[in-house]
Amino acid sequence: MSVISSVLLLAQEPPAPPKVEAPPLDAVWPILIVLGAACVGVLFEAFLPRHQRWPFQVVLTLLALAGAGVLLATYISDAPAAGELAMYGTLAVDRPALFLWGTLLALSLGAVLMIADRSVEPGGAFVASAAIRPGTVQDRAQVAATGMQTEVFPLTLFALGGMMIFCAANDLLTMFIALEVLSLPLYLMCGLARRRRLLSQEAAVKYFLLGAFASAFFLYGIALLYGYSGSVQLADIAASAGGSDRSDTLLFAGMGLLVVGLLFKASVGPFHTWTPDVYQGAPTPVTAFMAACTKVAAFGGILRVLQVAFESTNWEWRGVLWGVAIVSMVIGAILGLTQTDVKRMIAYSSVAHAGFLLVGSIALTDKGLSGTLFYLLAYGFTTLATFGVISLVRDSSGEATHLSQWAGLAKRSPLVAGVFTFLLLALAGIPLTSGFVGKFVVFEAAIADGMAPLVVVALVASAVAAFFYLRVIVLMYFSEPAAEGPTVTVPGAFTTAAITLGVLVTLLLGIAPAFALDWAAGGVFAIR
Amino acid sequence: MTGISVPGTNLAMEVQQASGAAGAAWLLLVLPALGAAVLLIGGRRTDKWGHLLGSGTVIAAFVYGLFLFLGTTSLAEDQRVRDLHLFDWMPVNALDVEFGLRIDPLSLTFVLLITGVGALIHIYSIGYMADDRDRRRFFAYLNLFVSAMLLLVLGNGFVTLYFGWEGVGLASFLLIGWYQGKDFAATAAKKAFLMNRVGDVGLALAIFLMFKTMGSTQYDVVFAQIGNQSTATVVAIGLLLLLGACGKSGQFPLQAWLPDAMAGPTPVSALIHAATMVTAGVYLIARCAPIYSLPQAADARLAVMVIGAVTLLIGCVIGCAYDDFKKVLAYSTVSQIGYMILAVGLGPAGYAFGILHLLTHGFFKAGLFLGAGSVMHGMNDEGDIRRMGGLARKMPVTFITWTLGYLALIGFPFLSGYFSKDAIIAAAFSEPGNRGWVFGGIALLGAGLTAFYMTRLLILVFLGKPRWKDLKSEDGRDYHPHEAPATMTIPMIVLAVGSVFAGLVLSGMLPEWLTPSIGPLVEAHGPLSHGMIAVLTVAISALGAGLAFLLFGRGEQPVTRPRRVSFPVRAARADLYGNHLNEALFARPGTWLTRALVYIDNRGVDGLVNGIAASLGGSSGRLRRMQTGFVRSYALSMLGGSILVIAALLMVRFG
Repeated sequence: MSVISSVLLLAQEPPAPPKVEAPPLDAVWPILIVLGAACVGVLFEAFLPRHQRWPFQVVLTLLALAGAGVLLATYISDAPAAGELAMYGTLAVDRPALFLWGTLLALSLGAVLMIADRSVEPGGAFVASAAIRPGTVQDRAQVAATGMQTEVFPLTLFALGGMMIFCAANDLLTMFIALEVLSLPLYLMCGLARRRRLLSQEAAVKYFLLGAFASAFFLYGIALLYGYSGSVQLADIAASAGGSDRSDTLLFAGMGLLVVGLLFKASVGPFHTWTPDVYQGAPTPVTAFMAACTKVAAFGGILRVLQVAFESTNWEWRGVLWGVAIVSMVIGAILGLTQTDVKRMIAYSSVAHAGFLLVGSIALTDKGLSGTLFYLLAYGFTTLATFGVISLVRDSSGEATHLSQWAGLAKRSPLVAGVFTFLLLALAGIPLTSGFVGKFVVFEAAIADGMAPLVVVALVASAVAAFFYLRVIVLMYFSEPAAEGPTVTVPGAFTTAAITLGVLVTLLLGIAPAFALDWAAGGVFAIR
Repeated sequence: MTGISVPGTNLAMEVQQASGAAGAAWLLLVLPALGAAVLLIGGRRTDKWGHLLGSGTVIAAFVYGLFLFLGTTSLAEDQRVRDLHLFDWMPVNALDVEFGLRIDPLSLTFVLLITGVGALIHIYSIGYMADDRDRRRFFAYLNLFVSAMLLLVLGNGFVTLYFGWEGVGLASFLLIGWYQGKDFAATAAKKAFLMNRVGDVGLALAIFLMFKTMGSTQYDVVFAQIGNQSTATVVAIGLLLLLGACGKSGQFPLQAWLPDAMAGPTPVSALIHAATMVTAGVYLIARCAPIYSLPQAADARLAVMVIGAVTLLIGCVIGCAYDDFKKVLAYSTVSQIGYMILAVGLGPAGYAFGILHLLTHGFFKAGLFLGAGSVMHGMNDEGDIRRMGGLARKMPVTFITWTLGYLALIGFPFLSGYFSKDAIIAAAFSEPGNRGWVFGGIALLGAGLTAFYMTRLLILVFLGKPRWKDLKSEDGRDYHPHEAPATMTIPMIVLAVGSVFAGLVLSGMLPEWLTPSIGPLVEAHGPLSHGMIAVLTVAISALGAGLAFLLFGRGEQPVTRPRRVSFPVRAARADLYGNHLNEALFARPGTWLTRALVYIDNRGVDGLVNGIAASLGGSSGRLRRMQTGFVRSYALSMLGGSILVIAALLMVRFG
């Protein structure tokens, strides 16, 4: 904490004069609603009897998401096209930020539905009291009981609020605080799994330790950049970098550290090491939430930092991020080949996708921005539904995630196998799915910005990655079912709704992506 | 070359908007797609009538295609190229990808081939797959394939084409792996998919390059502007498209998947891996005639010719050594597509002949495959030709239809292959200078080899002594060869009639009919007259066939294949080391890379496995020890990455 406070002290000098006189709240109402509902949710936990908490929390969370969505929609209809600064210049509410907010709210809706489901896993995927030592008598008793930890709902809302602030943050300190607000609830939620809780808690601790490590990088980067430009505002850093005789060592070392912190959150290789373990260990609804929403928020931050603060120095850093993107795509595509666990495989797939997204992010053009935003939207929904389907295939000990258990699934449950095949094809980028359109717009923007060799690598990587998606399809359709294989649970209304949402959006964005591409291309960052 | 090129701009400006009956051309795609959807979603409920629905949709598409064809022939020649706009797929910024269809002579030719041969093979499959529990699913996949293939040829832009391109790849993958119990089927399916992906990367890059340089991927815009591009761009696009064509059409160096694809059911081999999908590469290059005809694209076209010539020789040579009925036919397909690629590489002097050979080949090769299927159907699914012999008496219809297809393939005078293959050989000879002698010579040599291996096949399967009498099949049954049911023989008869007459009927009309799409046929004349080349070709083919009769027609043939053979035969049996080449170039480095990465990542993976074991065993002490170890190593890798990133940044700045 001393690091934080010292940086806060550094930032004590009066912030840049507010560009807007009174804080106009109408731009930030969605965030206020989400965070406010989270606080109310905490009060529910404190004052409601145990058995009433679940319905109250579910209704509150869904209402908050819907309310935030409605307010966002009404605001967008008459928002200034160039965007505006809110909360004394700490938040830049511009078109990309609004697009990301909408994406985050919609994805969270799907994730919350999965979190709220109590039919797939009797009582829900979350244990009532995670503090009981795993493996003890009390623990076995509570695994069998149907109580559920309802604090995950406010935690989800807090994380969502942090993500929304994160992609609109206009200065690095706000960004850092948002990063912590979004991360801390996630660390907790990772450790709450009802089944295989040791693995879950191991994942939570790993995520926490490595996340703290990455936060330290991020913070150190902020300090160096402050030393360089005397400000933490993205626009001021850009102005200093544009023309000054200050030490470039501070600038690039600071930028490197800052970007590493961001790449960690986005699980871009080689900073991906936590991803497979955490994706596997966390309760599947939380994995879905992380895989979809954290990715969106992290890339929202990366896009903003690169395009607003560091655009003028892109000649120096672009080559380095080329390398990072290549490493990420190669790691994701090749290590995905040898995975034997579905959740780990999708984790490596997300590392490869992070590489593709990075390709779009370093194309510093309007097309690069809109392509990456669209890709985030498309990927978020696909991956959400993917984890939804994964949560359905179960045996007596919980989810059956080992690939060998998926053999011949198509014979047992053709519908689930068909839906999963469609989602895998979307991840592989086959036409008629959103994955194809997303890859197309991102690679096309990269080519237009002179990154043809990188696109060649990306295409080869996606060809390799297609292979491991295909392996699962082969396994489901072409193998004999295992004798004591898992059964497919008939999902309740909540999970069904979440999967349907993801599949429909994946299909819609594959067939008629025009409207979403228009939204994504609606405008650029407020300050460039 | 005679120096005449087709100006791409002229072709592009004649595009009309489709209306009337052509306005419903989307029906062509929707009918089979609907069939596939009903069969897949309906599940077991549709088992009883699924095969009828599957065949019905394709027949309906064929009938509609016929109407469309007749309607187009009644139009004036400059109005025959029509676009049907369906909807804007990805309209954003400068990127405007529309989803539309192009109805022109070239695409209609393919529509008739795909739906016509497709319908026959659907009918054949009713009989062939009668014993399969999942016949309904088989028809669903076939319908899916037909729909995707029609999209491939009907799309009016490269992205739409790519869409169909991936679709046929997927359907082909599903069908190659049909016999799930057999390991080699799954391996073959994967191999096909992967080698196709290599080609797809080429096609995708070509599309991106077009977009970058010309701002669009629609045919009309690209073909109108390609002439203004630099030579480097045109050659690059040409070569990348060729890579795509090589993948899909089984051309050197990506030919190895096609013979393995014969692991699928025989109707699939006939429809997808002989008549339609594998000709997509030929279609692609013919469709891109405005690109390849440019003077700047001369180098790319030379590359096309070289690939075609090399492949046709490879296919023939390997075809001489194989003992598996379908694999010989597969290598024959590889080599015949080599002829087509060679032809379209010749430019305006060859496009029409390439398509002509594609059509005639569609008839006789599909017929030959169906014949092979009929033989195997009657022989307990035996594919080894050394275990056959003397089947002509047992299967008269199969024998006669097969022989007609065989004669058509080796270019027997006045049958289909005679018109199409001779035209290609003559056009190859008319290339200027030494090129003419080289390519013409190779094409001529190929004709002789084709006659040799096809005659060998004919003798070993249908003539000679019935070697199967004393043998049992793998599952221990005796062989009782018998003629196939009518649903199988009728398509064979229809295709045999096509093999006999298609060349005669088409060779006169086709070049003129295709002119609006690919430009007029340029008559080229080389040092040898056409008559002389025809005589030469027939003579060399006769020589090849005669040699085969001398070698295999007399005396006993061993039932197992001889082990001690000369080097050329060994090389041919090993696919001329194509697989070794691929392995050395692609597979082995890939394996090393994977191993290296896995090794680096191993601590994490091992840790996971141990972690599960530990959590199951409840040994928390052990787990804790491991856990710190892993986080430390993860953190170390992050630190290493960060140092690298920062060092690189600073080096770029100050270095």
